[in-house]
Amino acid sequence: MNVVIPGNADPASSGVSARKLARKRLTVALILSAAMIAIYFGFMGLFAFDKPLLGTILVPGLSLCIVLGPLVIISSFALCLTYVLWANRVFDAGIRNLR
Amino acid sequence: MGSSTLSIGFFFAFMALTLAITYWAARRTRTTEHFFAAGGQVTAWQNGWALAGDFLSAAALLGIAGIVTSNGFDGMIYSIGWLVGWPIILFLIVEPLRNVGRFTFADVVAYRLRQRPVRVAGAVGTLAVILFYLIAQMVATGSLIKLLFGLPYTWSVVVVGSMMLVYVLFGGMLATTWVQVVKAALLMGGGILLAILVLTHFDMNPLKLFAAASEKYGTRVLQPGSKVVSGQWDAISLGLGLMFGTAAMPHVLMRAYTVKDAKAARLSILYATGLIGVFHLMVFIIGFGAMVLVGPETVAKAGGGGNMAAPLLALAVGGNAFFGFICAVAFATMLAVVAGLTLSGVATLCHDVWTNVIRNGTASETEQLKVARVATVMISILAIILGIAFEGQNVAFMAGLAFSIACAANFPSLVLAITWRRFTTPAAVASILVGTMSSLVLIYLSPTIQVDILGKPLAAIEHEWWFVSLRNPAIISMPLSFVVAILMSLLTPEKNADLAFDEMQRRILLGPLQPNINEPARAKSAA
Repeated sequence: MNVVIPGNADPASSGVSARKLARKRLTVALILSAAMIAIYFGFMGLFAFDKPLLGTILVPGLSLCIVLGPLVIISSFALCLTYVLWANRVFDAGIRNLR
Repeated sequence: MGSSTLSIGFFFAFMALTLAITYWAARRTRTTEHFFAAGGQVTAWQNGWALAGDFLSAAALLGIAGIVTSNGFDGMIYSIGWLVGWPIILFLIVEPLRNVGRFTFADVVAYRLRQRPVRVAGAVGTLAVILFYLIAQMVATGSLIKLLFGLPYTWSVVVVGSMMLVYVLFGGMLATTWVQVVKAALLMGGGILLAILVLTHFDMNPLKLFAAASEKYGTRVLQPGSKVVSGQWDAISLGLGLMFGTAAMPHVLMRAYTVKDAKAARLSILYATGLIGVFHLMVFIIGFGAMVLVGPETVAKAGGGGNMAAPLLALAVGGNAFFGFICAVAFATMLAVVAGLTLSGVATLCHDVWTNVIRNGTASETEQLKVARVATVMISILAIILGIAFEGQNVAFMAGLAFSIACAANFPSLVLAITWRRFTTPAAVASILVGTMSSLVLIYLSPTIQVDILGKPLAAIEHEWWFVSLRNPAIISMPLSFVVAILMSLLTPEKNADLAFDEMQRRILLGPLQPNINEPARAKSAA
């Protein structure tokens, strides 16, 4: 499985831009992961340590946790969508340039 | 009962359809590339549906609906936890996995490390996850089918085990994929229909449903309680296990290899996240619907630990035919999940253990396929035997244990292998083994085993020095696994692993070098 892969273009310059692109992707991935972790553990933190706050009844039939729970679900999808849009537009274009 | 005949009718229709798919797939399954990865020909949409079908177990519909029916909001803690791992898969794991690996997640961990030790350790981690999850699924399946169709437990387990054997043995990944797609479509369709039927009783307004529930059972059903998840740090630990365990489930990760490239893999995770998210929102409505329209007492009386909430609700709002349909959907759900689990266990045994450890990477296609089929039979028989052996046992903890092991054993090594230059072979082995062992030991010393299973009184063991009050080990075992990995890496520098890092990064970006990037079928490596 250990095949060494030479680039098609000029190896030196493509190596630099490849590393740049990789770092860019990792930065975006880490920021979005951090956002997801913050949102989820923010919610779980409230669930674990401040149940009364999470149980605040906003209007009859609606409590804070019933607003926030689905919001966590929706924000998971929104973050995924953000990443995919970024990757399809910016990252994939960068990859095409490398090849 | 007329509904029983109907559900058996639906059940046979599903069997006939999936067997026809398997027959069709069997004629297209000639190489290991086909058997384990459906030849990389699955589209992003199909894979998105199949991922949802692979991941949504009977617990997602029947279990969570039941928890919501009896406890209200708290059921959603599981729904959310099972979803938030998917963005992590998307951001950190799926593209490197697709571009570097071939069939298993150990492909990626072992890529620049020494193959044999890492693959053996990876197999231990993977098989532990698969085995515990499979046992939990088989036992739940047996008792649910008994409840839904009146079939004796042993026969239920044998029928499910034999069906999954047929799908995987003859149809490999292609048949498994389509079984999962069909199941996901049925599950989404049934779930959405059931939720809509519930809402028609409440002017299509979920708030009226929640208000009716709190009027009947008090506002506590809209508020977080401590019955489902007790203990503050236990809640955080459960969250860790669900999030990062989902992100490292071998049967989910394996599906990344069934599509043609990293872009398709990325899209399929987005689709799966959307589908699973929508489904969980529906289940929340279904759970509250069952609370108001059926009543927690009736659900509890029906047996199965609350699992009958969704089927009884279907009976109440849609009559016998809908009840039969939901029962059949639940059955299809179980089948698709156990087939996916079995296949990823087989991939580990055949590709990691046999081909790369025992045969040092030099087994012929014919031999690998033969080994894969033997492994399929072995795992299926083992699953049936264990399923029968654990009848009536409380195995609910095994599903949680599977997520904890995935989170502590698989996730750290996978992430470090992808992102950290100085990660080494001893570190990978140690981190996987420590993650697995610490999860097992911690759960053994926790009330989950000591009180629930062994029946010791909590007061008697609470003050023992070895007692672990956490029911979910992830908050200890996952950081422990990371620390061990980092320390071992620093203690045992590995020149080759370091040197191969840039090449691996390049491959993560560009994928395996191919003569024509539009022809993924040729991407077969020489190994």
